[in-house]
Amino acid sequence: MAKKKWPQDYQDLTPGCMVFEPASARAYHTGAWRAQKPTYTFSRCIKCGLCYLYCPEGCIHETEEGYFVADLDYCKGCGICAHECWPRAITMVDEED
Amino acid sequence: MSTREGMEIAFAAAEAAALCRPEVIAAYPITPNTHIPEHLSDIVADGRLDAEFICVESEHSALSACCGASATGARVFTATSSQGLLFMGEVMPIVSAMRLPVVMALGNRAVSAPINIWNDHSDIMSQRDTGWISLFAANGQEVIDMIIQAFKIAEHPHVMLPVNVNLDGFQLTHVVEPMLFPDQDEVDRFLPPYTPFATLHPDKVVSMGTLGMPDIFNEAMQAKDAAVIGSLPVIEAVWQEWERHFGRAYEPVYAYRTEDAEVLLVTMGSLSETAEAAIDALRDRRVPAGLLKLRLWRPFPREAFTAAAKGARVLAVMDRAVSFGGVAGPVGAEVRACFYPGPAHPLIVNKIIGLGGRDVTVENFIAIVEEARATTVQPEGYQLYGVRGLS
Repeated sequence: MAKKKWPQDYQDLTPGCMVFEPASARAYHTGAWRAQKPTYTFSRCIKCGLCYLYCPEGCIHETEEGYFVADLDYCKGCGICAHECWPRAITMVDEED
Repeated sequence: MSTREGMEIAFAAAEAAALCRPEVIAAYPITPNTHIPEHLSDIVADGRLDAEFICVESEHSALSACCGASATGARVFTATSSQGLLFMGEVMPIVSAMRLPVVMALGNRAVSAPINIWNDHSDIMSQRDTGWISLFAANGQEVIDMIIQAFKIAEHPHVMLPVNVNLDGFQLTHVVEPMLFPDQDEVDRFLPPYTPFATLHPDKVVSMGTLGMPDIFNEAMQAKDAAVIGSLPVIEAVWQEWERHFGRAYEPVYAYRTEDAEVLLVTMGSLSETAEAAIDALRDRRVPAGLLKLRLWRPFPREAFTAAAKGARVLAVMDRAVSFGGVAGPVGAEVRACFYPGPAHPLIVNKIIGLGGRDVTVENFIAIVEEARATTVQPEGYQLYGVRGLS
């Protein structure tokens, strides 16, 4: 779990919870909601980028080697990438494992 | 100097709002508040007020436009009634939670069904818990004064909350009264231009109305509650300042002839005027009765109320809305809850009167006080007063 970036006590809130730091929503790691995470068998990956296109969270990026992987800070574990990956390079596994 | 003029109170409300130099007005006409935005529209069209009058397609849009305009730092005014307020309902708690000082004139009207355009308080009571400050005016002068005061309260840096000024539909909105209108320079001295805490402006990035996860929502609600509770001393200070400027005194609970009173009527809004006449008649007959008029409904002035009620044996609390299936009307429940922590409390009789424009007369109040005087045991629940078929 990432370090909490939001105010601790109610007195620390800005009036109306106004946010003055641009793009600070990225400090909230929605990946903490995840029950399953994608794992990769890169030997099967054909670097087609379908997972990148289908990811509803927009959290998949291309690595220097040309593979596509999810940023686990934000991946909610929906499994759409694994479902769309026809070469079956992506497998969802439980977080506990 | 002020000018004394006879005018329909809805028009006077518009004139009072115009004296506050609002920069954006968004409202949708609905009986009985219609004359307020209608007259403001005239004032803007005639060039007497430099404001954007946004002709919206609904009350939901009206308050949404007010919300957005206020977030840009504009001084904002709106007005509505009844179903219109309910249609604003989705936006009501957003405006308060975003701490935007929108001021609303609310021409109180019954909520359908059956369709009824006349006066009671079921509209505001349905929005009671939205976090707005609620003032209740008893006559035209209070409407003018409270609208001007409302901007000062709402925009105070320690408050930053929307305020609704409640004026009874027809009984106030459509009545012509002689009223004192403060001069523009007097209002300008009392109410300087609005200095917002933050504004939506591309030069300085700020996000308003963002997502609040479970991690933060409790704290956000606590902060909102603290703001509403914390507005009470500011409201009292603004009223004292008003008295210094204009000579008319305001306090959260106005006590009328309460000295040595055995029975106190408790009213809000225009019925207070009728109740005062009833108290006069009772006092003429040496009946020890008085009146507590609630001018401030949210935040509820608990300390002032219990202090003002001290010594009375029976409180006869008038409600103008039904909390169906509840244990009391909204005001009755509030008053009872006020006294609960204390060791001793007065008997509290709770009558629901004047629904949907049903007349309430001096004689009704006299009968209610007489019944309250004969009360020796705390009655259960509440009673809709004067209903045919009820014994």
